[in-house]
Amino acid sequence: MTDSNRLPPEKDPITGVETTGHEWDGLKELNNPAPRWWVLVWLVTIVWSVGYWVVYPAWPTLSGHTEGKWGWTQYKELEASQADIKARQQAYLDRFEGASFEQIMQDPELYKFAVAGGNAAFKDNCATCHGTGAAGGLGYPNLNDDDWIWGGTLEEIYATLRYGIRSAHPQTRQSAMPAFGKDGVLTAEDVNAVTDYVLTLSGAAQKPSHEKGMTVYAENCAACHGEQGKGLREFGAPNLTDAIWLYGGERAQVYNTVFNAHAGMMPAWEGRLDPNTIRQLAVYVHALGGGEKSAPVEAPAP
Amino acid sequence: MSDDYDNSDPPVQLFAKRKKVYQRAVEGIYRRRKWIALRVCLLIYYLAPFIRWDRGPHAPDQAILIDMEGRRAYWFFIEIWPQEVYYLTAILIFAAVMLFFVTALFGRVWCGYFCFQTVWTDLFMWVEKVVQGDRAERMRLDAAPWSLNKLARKVITHTAWIGVSLLTGGAFVLYFNDAPTLLHQLVTGQLGSTVTIFILALTASTYLMAGHAREQVCTYMCPYARFQSGMFDTDTLIVTYDAQRGEPRGKHKKGESWDNRGHCIDCTQCVQVCPTGIDIRNGLQLSCIACGLCIDACDSVMDKLDLPRGLIRYETDRNLRAQPKGAIVTKAPKLRLVRPRTVYYAIVLLLLGAVVIYNLATRVMVELHVVHDRNPLFVTLSDGQVRNGYELNILNKDLQPHRYRVELVGLPDGQLLLRGTGEDEVTEIEAPANDSSRFRAFVQAPKAKANQTDITFKLIPLDGAPAAQHDSVFISGGVR
Repeated sequence: MTDSNRLPPEKDPITGVETTGHEWDGLKELNNPAPRWWVLVWLVTIVWSVGYWVVYPAWPTLSGHTEGKWGWTQYKELEASQADIKARQQAYLDRFEGASFEQIMQDPELYKFAVAGGNAAFKDNCATCHGTGAAGGLGYPNLNDDDWIWGGTLEEIYATLRYGIRSAHPQTRQSAMPAFGKDGVLTAEDVNAVTDYVLTLSGAAQKPSHEKGMTVYAENCAACHGEQGKGLREFGAPNLTDAIWLYGGERAQVYNTVFNAHAGMMPAWEGRLDPNTIRQLAVYVHALGGGEKSAPVEAPAP
Repeated sequence: MSDDYDNSDPPVQLFAKRKKVYQRAVEGIYRRRKWIALRVCLLIYYLAPFIRWDRGPHAPDQAILIDMEGRRAYWFFIEIWPQEVYYLTAILIFAAVMLFFVTALFGRVWCGYFCFQTVWTDLFMWVEKVVQGDRAERMRLDAAPWSLNKLARKVITHTAWIGVSLLTGGAFVLYFNDAPTLLHQLVTGQLGSTVTIFILALTASTYLMAGHAREQVCTYMCPYARFQSGMFDTDTLIVTYDAQRGEPRGKHKKGESWDNRGHCIDCTQCVQVCPTGIDIRNGLQLSCIACGLCIDACDSVMDKLDLPRGLIRYETDRNLRAQPKGAIVTKAPKLRLVRPRTVYYAIVLLLLGAVVIYNLATRVMVELHVVHDRNPLFVTLSDGQVRNGYELNILNKDLQPHRYRVELVGLPDGQLLLRGTGEDEVTEIEAPANDSSRFRAFVQAPKAKANQTDITFKLIPLDGAPAAQHDSVFISGGVR
């Protein structure tokens, strides 16, 4: 067919617009082109995209992708935003680093900074065992209460955090309770007697075996837990007279502790966390409610 | 004009191509009023951010300020916190009903004289007139082929428009920042990116709306123009062409008799001066913003013809119908201002105003909120007592700090311990002015029989400040 044979485009009588020539069951499409402003925007986006290819990573290559003139990546953007946050923290960190615990506790800004930073670090590192609210659980001490196995002053908490408990650190806090029953140090009868005796220390009724239990206690337990059962922090020996039981205060649980012994461990955080974070954690844990006042001393070197 | 409404033509076009409006300049009483309204509006807009209002050392001294960063809104003696944004809602409702009220009383005076679209369009049209000349010259210029002269005039017009837009956008951000500080930053080139983006966005929208969209905003975009018909009744003051006097219209030669014909000489002056490009002689229509410029135009023509003014005038439909046949009305229209519609708008306004004023007058200046620790819910201490932790949040909306003692009610053997910095026990707390502050508190008590006891924290003022209290619970068991 030649051009001269071509029919003139059909016009819709009502709108005066040409049809596309297609027909579906009597319906014809009008040849309304896209609005000019729309086409212009479309063309501009095409031009824009060329610029985009040049400056941003765009095309896959065999070994990766084109880097783009600006070298932008999401990682770099993340680094930049983190650097920005770090820079803002730095103003406080500079002061925090040089401050003793005593100074921190007297400076409202530094104290808030320490508690906030410690809270974040706690959730990341400590909550796994101690729980997000630091309420602990069986075998994991509740850090909100006023009972401390290794001491509750800022300095003691800081030392516990740095070196850990029964950890691999050479300066770790270290102690071990013998498994009196399992290792055959005491007979089952003795363990039963001393269990009942220990329970009386926190107010339970005396059993017939009380005298025997008292003797067993004096010979085997008092060295670490004290004559009165008040515990001894140098050895990390818990106070047996209070209402708080690390491994449970039911008779069966106490019996189990005497028979098999427990030796929970906490990692040393020195080397894992930077000194400032550990100090923030110490302030945070101390602030949870049970922190003990310390005699004014020199701040430990961070 | 019946040709315009020829119904024999079947295709109804849903899209009408815009006909550019070339507004002819006009002088007269309403034009003068419009200039005054424009000056007053612009003066308020540009000067309001610079009004100072001393609030003491704890709040900014800008009378009208929406402080995004500080999360406060200030309007002279009123201060609003983000959680009180319902005041803004009430004010917006008040403004809306006010608009209805004024419309019911005097018609669309807002549209014609005070709406920012009207004011800025007027300003832009004035710029256009100064640079490119009046209606006829502008039409000629547009029709003419591109020349150096045309290019220069167009460039100057658009540059001036963008200049005005920049000033508009620049002034808008003054309401959100300390105005003098911002001006200083502007002069020294230290504007923040947010402010810059807002200035540019508002510049663009002003340029687009007042320079290009103009009457299309009123006709197609503004909802008010659409629903105003719901507020109109026969007593609403509208711009009216007195057809009884004007028709039949026709050209008139000097000295010809006015007998057996109308006073309208079909000079189309009323159409040429209309900023929305309508013909008022077709009657009340959606696009009419009731600015009265056609009245000015017609009056000046009537003056030249030695005919009485008022062929086009502000009039109510009721008066027009009551007008005796052949009467020529020149005096101001009689208005029925007291009607059921205006009365109930007034009642709604009074009620709304009373509610807002009552709430502002009895606004609680100090609030205490107590949040019980969720994790852990309670802590058992060595001596068997139970301790609960709380966070006390004090909102001190007052512009001065207040000192408080905190009292615990509902737990006779309970002991309240307030934490200060460095875990010192404190007995007094100070709530900083115009700010919210958080305090840590512990309550310690022997283990109770009930797992949960209702308690109340009370703020006892030590300096004559308002008291506040908040209910909470003491949990001593039953959950873990």
